[in-house]
Amino acid sequence: MTAAETVRTLAIADLERVYDSLAEALDTAGPEKGTLFLVKLALLSANALADAALFQQQIEVALLDL
Amino acid sequence: MHNPSAEPRPSIYYRYHVHQPWLPRHVGEVQRHPVVIVGSGPSGLVTALELARLGVRSVVLTADLQVSQGSRAIVFTRRSLEILQQVGVARRIMEFGLPWRFGNSYYRGQHVFRMEAPHDPDDRFPPMVNIQQQYLEEYLGDACRAQPLIELRWGNRCTSVRQQGDRVLAEVDTPAGSYVIESEWLVAADGGRSPIRSALGLPLEGNAYEGYFVIADIKVDLPLPTERLAYFDPEWNPRNTVLMHRQPQGMWRVDYQLPEGETPEQALTPESLQARIDAQLAMIGYAGISWEMDWSSVYSARALTLPDYVHGRILFVGDAAHLLPIFGVRGANTAFQDAQSLAWHLAFVVRRLAPDTLLANYSRERVGAAREIIDEAGKSTRFMTPPTTGFRLLRDAVLSLSLSQSFVRPLYHWRTSRPHEYVDSALNSRTDDNKSFTSGPCDGAPPRNVRLGPQDYLLDHLGGGFDLLYFSDGEAIPESQVAAVQAARARGLPLKVTAVSAGSTTVPGADQTLVEASGHLRECYGVANAGAAYLLRPDQHICARWARLDSTRLRATLDNLFIL
Repeated sequence: MTAAETVRTLAIADLERVYDSLAEALDTAGPEKGTLFLVKLALLSANALADAALFQQQIEVALLDL
Repeated sequence: MHNPSAEPRPSIYYRYHVHQPWLPRHVGEVQRHPVVIVGSGPSGLVTALELARLGVRSVVLTADLQVSQGSRAIVFTRRSLEILQQVGVARRIMEFGLPWRFGNSYYRGQHVFRMEAPHDPDDRFPPMVNIQQQYLEEYLGDACRAQPLIELRWGNRCTSVRQQGDRVLAEVDTPAGSYVIESEWLVAADGGRSPIRSALGLPLEGNAYEGYFVIADIKVDLPLPTERLAYFDPEWNPRNTVLMHRQPQGMWRVDYQLPEGETPEQALTPESLQARIDAQLAMIGYAGISWEMDWSSVYSARALTLPDYVHGRILFVGDAAHLLPIFGVRGANTAFQDAQSLAWHLAFVVRRLAPDTLLANYSRERVGAAREIIDEAGKSTRFMTPPTTGFRLLRDAVLSLSLSQSFVRPLYHWRTSRPHEYVDSALNSRTDDNKSFTSGPCDGAPPRNVRLGPQDYLLDHLGGGFDLLYFSDGEAIPESQVAAVQAARARGLPLKVTAVSAGSTTVPGADQTLVEASGHLRECYGVANAGAAYLLRPDQHICARWARLDSTRLRATLDNLFIL
């Protein structure tokens, strides 16, 4: 992780909130549409991040240890 | 006719003592007692001991002739030890138990998280102590026998209860036939499957999570420290979780989740236990090591509570009142807090120091605590045994990310049992200076222990009634305040005055003086000046604190304590 990425991170309580709401949203989307939901969410997050290079780094990390 | 087994239960580490059954002199006789407690587990016995300390006699009924089968609850928290110190068994637990403060989580062979429970020099007790429940029950039973106000009746099975006017009638079966015991109050401390709760048809609220866990106790020589070990998604038990804890006498607790679709009966077959425990020991580097099984059982993760612990004159406590998930050691540790709370509320009602409605405060506070625990336990449980596809995906994503990304690792930490703060308690003073303190335990909070000297701590000196902790610079407590204390005592309120003094060894007006030259205790309690005071309830929770005490407000707080 680079220094630039460690500047803004989620507090643990916020991380837990994200954990719960994402899990519940996945259940709402249902097994058929779960992947579609996650890809939409990833695109929205990329747009909110507004940094294509940074998003590319996240893709690489997410591909590790699958 | 009730015929409990007189055969000592099998165990490779614990020698069961078989007690003589208590027998009625006349079959069919009716006895009268102020309080009957059904159940001799941790909650029943702590209730009896704390009641006795406050001068209330009780009869404890227990169906068996010996303490419970298997190690059951093995991890006890610091607050539990503080409560057990009050009833006189903490020393024995500390002599035999194993203290610990670190937890380790592993995924794909990698150590991904280390939990460190803080240990402050001001604490007498460590964050956690491991000891088998048989020892705890034995120590509590010994303490009951030494207490003339408690009658512990082995081999007495409560078969039915019914309320009649201001009495509870319990039918009790013994090896010599049955009798009826009549009481003002009956405490249902009859465990998670509470026959009394079932007979009254009282529904529990909350969640039952999917998934069963095997608990197995094995004797094995592992050169590992006393730390909690958690293994996620191990190769031998994919998708599931395995926990290990060291216990005294070379015993280890191994907990593992059952694969989906497997029944508890299948999981408890000797072949299944053998293969899985071998696989677990091999995974942690001890393939082929010899071990011996002591006890095994199955439990499911549940987070349920009764919405009210008071049903007429029947009072619920411990697992009979709620079922809490094992993650975070919340069963017995919650039961001690319940029992300590119930005992003093009930003692004040039995002794007519407070109206019966005081018991509603017990229920409100402890149901509130149970709901908070359920909420926190739910978070642990969602990680340990994900209840839905969504939660499983999140958990699996966190496991995978944790191998390279530190930010997700704190999600491995499941919260452990901690005492509830009764911040909304009806007993908290409405005229004190709680809000003006910037530190120290607030109204409703449990006390903060403080080291006073070698083997000498603040909580060693408090308990057994209300405590007024008065901060002095050596001057006497003002006479008007002493008069307010005496007036409350004249009404029967057990109230002890403890002065904390920087100088003089006896502060006039105080029952005892704690000399503390360093000012550390003052600092821990956020006290800026002499004349400040804290009022603690018999369960040691704070119910008032004053930046500068005056007799008018002290009198008002003491007068209003039980006007609920």
